[in-house]
Amino acid sequence: MTLIYILLGLIALLGLAYVFRLGGQAATGNKPFFRDMPFGVAFGYVLAAALLLFSVWYFFQPTETDGVPRAGVIFFRWAVQGFLMFAAAAYLFRLLGRSVGTEGSKKLFRSMPLTAAFGIMIIIVYAIVSIFAGVIAPYGQEEVLGAANIVPGGNPAIGGNPEYPLGTDQIGRDILSRLIFGAQNTVGIAFVTTCLAFLLGGSLGFLAATLGGWLDQLLSRAVDALMAIPALIFALLLITIATAWAGSASWQVTIYMILIIAVIDSTRVFRLSRAVGQNIVVMDYIEAAKLRGEGLPYLIFREMLPNAYAPLLAEFGLRFCFVFLTIASLSFLGVGIQPPLADWGTMVRDLSQFINFAAFAPNVAVAPLLAAGAIALLTVAVNFVVDWMLHKSSGLKE
Amino acid sequence: MTLFVVSVIIFVAVNALPGDFAEAILGQGATPEAVTAIREQLGLNQNALTRYFQWLSGALRGDLGVPLSQALFAGNFGATAVGTDVTTVVDQIIPRLKNTLFLAGVSAAISVPLAVTLGVLTALYRNTAFDKAMNVSTLSAISSPEFFIAYVLILFLAVLNPIFPSLSNIFPGMEFSERLTRTMLPALTLTLAVTAQMMRMTRAAIINLLASPYIEMARLKGLSPMRVIVKHALPNALAPIITVIALNLAFLVTGVVVVEVVFVYPGIGQLFVDSVKIRDIPVVQACCLIFAAVYILLNLTADILSIISNPRLRHPK
Repeated sequence: MTLIYILLGLIALLGLAYVFRLGGQAATGNKPFFRDMPFGVAFGYVLAAALLLFSVWYFFQPTETDGVPRAGVIFFRWAVQGFLMFAAAAYLFRLLGRSVGTEGSKKLFRSMPLTAAFGIMIIIVYAIVSIFAGVIAPYGQEEVLGAANIVPGGNPAIGGNPEYPLGTDQIGRDILSRLIFGAQNTVGIAFVTTCLAFLLGGSLGFLAATLGGWLDQLLSRAVDALMAIPALIFALLLITIATAWAGSASWQVTIYMILIIAVIDSTRVFRLSRAVGQNIVVMDYIEAAKLRGEGLPYLIFREMLPNAYAPLLAEFGLRFCFVFLTIASLSFLGVGIQPPLADWGTMVRDLSQFINFAAFAPNVAVAPLLAAGAIALLTVAVNFVVDWMLHKSSGLKE
Repeated sequence: MTLFVVSVIIFVAVNALPGDFAEAILGQGATPEAVTAIREQLGLNQNALTRYFQWLSGALRGDLGVPLSQALFAGNFGATAVGTDVTTVVDQIIPRLKNTLFLAGVSAAISVPLAVTLGVLTALYRNTAFDKAMNVSTLSAISSPEFFIAYVLILFLAVLNPIFPSLSNIFPGMEFSERLTRTMLPALTLTLAVTAQMMRMTRAAIINLLASPYIEMARLKGLSPMRVIVKHALPNALAPIITVIALNLAFLVTGVVVVEVVFVYPGIGQLFVDSVKIRDIPVVQACCLIFAAVYILLNLTADILSIISNPRLRHPK
């Protein structure tokens, strides 16, 4: 039955598209824009317009019928409002960047797409929150407060409490504070891990590129073998072994995880830095420096590193995303960052049952999505920035 | 060859630990008899090289050993005979591997055509609003963690509009359509996770070719843009597209771990995570080997397919 409605709607849209093109041709005196428009494109315009109309109509639906909340409408409103708010904030941020700061940064902001401005804004916010988590958070991350399962939203009528704007979890810890401390733990650990991976992979890669010979062969083959095992699987295997071997106190598990993920990800960094380094090592200025009698450290740090800066920085962003997602996934599976440390992956797993209440209590279902959304927001932001940087440095215009 | 090296790595990683493994798994309160029994049963009293070749030859014959949980039980309660009522690792893995392959197959069947179609469309209408919207949404889909996508899908397709069940507990002997419905949500999650990457690569591969002289020629002949892309650009862009598809299929098989846990899907990823939690080393070892094997095989297939798809590589001079 639903299928028939969908089919009928599609046929109506096809007809509308035909009328739209015909009408456009008639109204504009057969301008090339309408004359050369393929039917598929006309259909695309009509479909987009229909979707837009439907969203506006759906947005202004009443949020409840006879006292029963209509969860679909509420979630849709939140999504749209969130999207518009972020877009507006990014726009304002870009305006701010265009008018404040040095000449160089102003120029940078002028050429920046909105997505990249959004990414930079989110990264700055996350950095501030994670550094000053102890100051911002209203409660401690391990602090068990009196009441458990307070509904997010702070509305006492539906089980909220204005003192805990995002509610509390099953054992009564404030979700807002845990989200803020989660930023510190998850982002901080991911950042440290990425730095370690870069230190290890980058230095070995440059060494392999400059020295060559058997060292290069040895390292490259070892990296090939390590890369043949999927990263998440390998990390899980190694963490199992490490915990079975040296005890499973929670701080130990975290240390293992940092080291293991750093090693696994350093193989990818090694590949890139070796490839970049090999391109640089054959340049004339390296030859000149060698003839001058410069030592290996000078060659690597003063000649090669500045020239490999752009690809390595982009790789750092991407690598950070991967590491961050791996850590979040591991924590979600229960083998990553261990409680009582607050962490977004663990929070998603702990709160995930609440999503089943979404149909009749939309506020309750928000809790697990908040933590998962916090992860997604940061990775999306970093990816936007990296995408823009790559686009800018490659000079792709087509 | 690579698989052999990987098996060595996995084995060495598991066995290069100091101390006795049997004691580690039994914990502090182990009786000496139990430790000896476990050691006998796992063959830990032989040296490492012998054990490795035993494990490898066993693996080649399809015998991956006994799960530790079973061995532990046998060791503690004195049933030393392997066989009678003890299930082997292979018995545990095979049905779950089938489930996982089914899931991966369903999501591949959805995502590959979708990705190639969208890739061609975005290449055709590049730099339009449609292309930019697709760019932003695929970038977001790539970078969101799988469980975020999974929960959003559960929220909209299972809880708010009950179209699909949120728990995909399939079991043998189920009707195909029922099985498909229950697999749909995890399959959709995986589809969202991999489609974006494939689509972007398809688009990039096609756009890279658009500056070539023969595309110019086709355009000057007056062919429609759609025809230029599908008939002239796409066949030449096949090699990178196939590579990225194979890589993403490999991701489908290995990336299922998180998705299976979210949807409680009885696949190999779920088994893997459960074994990791109870430190059941033989099962973990076996799962790891299987994942690595699939990964390597798909990469190999990609290489072969990209040679087949390119006549210049097919007929070397």
